[in-house]
Amino acid sequence: MSPLNITEDDLHAYVDGALAPARRAEIEAYLVLHPEDAERVRAYRAQNEALKALFNPVLVEPLPDRLHALTVQPANPTVNRKKWPNLKSWSWQQMAAGVLVATLGGVAGWLGHGQFQGAERMAQAVPLFRQAAVAHVVYSPDARRPVEVTADQEEALVKWLSKRLGTPVSPPKLGALGYELVGGRLLPGNAGPVAQFMYQDATGLRLTLYVTTENADRPETGFRFAREGEVNVFYWVDGQFGYALSASSAKGELAKVATAVYDQLEAKK
Amino acid sequence: MDSRAIIAELPRLRRYARAMLGDRAAADDLVQDTLERAWSRFAQWRAGSDLRAWLFGIMHNLRVDQLRRGSLPTHALDDEAGEVPTRATQSDRLEVMDLESALRQLPDEQREVLLLVGLEEMSYAEIAAALGIPIGTVMSRLSRGRERLRQIMDGRQSGANLRVVR
Repeated sequence: MSPLNITEDDLHAYVDGALAPARRAEIEAYLVLHPEDAERVRAYRAQNEALKALFNPVLVEPLPDRLHALTVQPANPTVNRKKWPNLKSWSWQQMAAGVLVATLGGVAGWLGHGQFQGAERMAQAVPLFRQAAVAHVVYSPDARRPVEVTADQEEALVKWLSKRLGTPVSPPKLGALGYELVGGRLLPGNAGPVAQFMYQDATGLRLTLYVTTENADRPETGFRFAREGEVNVFYWVDGQFGYALSASSAKGELAKVATAVYDQLEAKK
Repeated sequence: MDSRAIIAELPRLRRYARAMLGDRAAADDLVQDTLERAWSRFAQWRAGSDLRAWLFGIMHNLRVDQLRRGSLPTHALDDEAGEVPTRATQSDRLEVMDLESALRQLPDEQREVLLLVGLEEMSYAEIAAALGIPIGTVMSRLSRGRERLRQIMDGRQSGANLRVVR
């Protein structure tokens, strides 16, 4: 394919970020000289991004009851093959779990119903708390690549994200509350770049802080709370910044962390 | 395999099934069948191994079975009504409509690999293991699927249901 012996597989691995840095540099050099392949690479990356933009909202849709029921082992999984399980055959554990999750799902559904009606509304900007919740659900369970830049390169991370967002941003220190910085990444927002910082406690529980600067025309708010699927979100707007703190932790615990984040950001002003 | 682990994987299974099938009810049917089969076989799952890959593998096998039985409606290439509901998250709805109907025009095996790579961000080796195919087959399906999708999107061949949107 070329003097550098670059194959079709290499181009795809490059698109998917699956190459070692040295090989990546070779591909980049190759692409400079091969605009047609460079165009394909650009298009394939755009496909990946567009697929996520299109289907990520499914991640925070409330689960239907029939799927909730199957998050615990069915009493008799080989016999019960009906699409809609017979109520009488449910064990009390399934009923209890179903009621609990259905209640939570109901809350998320109510919060979400306004945004998913009608074509005009669908084209509107996604609200801050939902963007943050989707980003949390996508990246926090990721064992291999939860962040783009890890905490051991915090200085580079701060520099990079501040440059891309066009204003200084840095991760608050939450060590006193038991949360250590994992790292951060850049994400697409409604109209431009946003930043996500990820933290983790000793048990591996992760929380993410979503920082956007797309709030010039939004009024400032106090703390607001939303629940999206399994994710709790505290969010607020302060000047040009919108912040959203997401985790699966209990509301009280998350409120404590949100207060600490807010206090640190205030102290920096 | 416990409830907490299952709950953590459910959103991704649903996202993938939706992208694969397009239709919400059909996608959740597939997820439901996947969970039922997983529970009936959970003795075969080794604690500590990758639950996600195992569940995606089960879903893949179920879908192969369904296609073999012919129980799923198949679409002719140019028979795309494009009425699939979209939850657009960007202002350019036209492009979003196009992507979804373009996806429908890919052969199943190419769409599957393209989604596992691009949407689920699984490694090529994980996909080969989950689908039970050689990694070379993963790469050739990915290559053909991406190029075909690009050509459909470039040529706007899907045109059946284009709408002018603001």
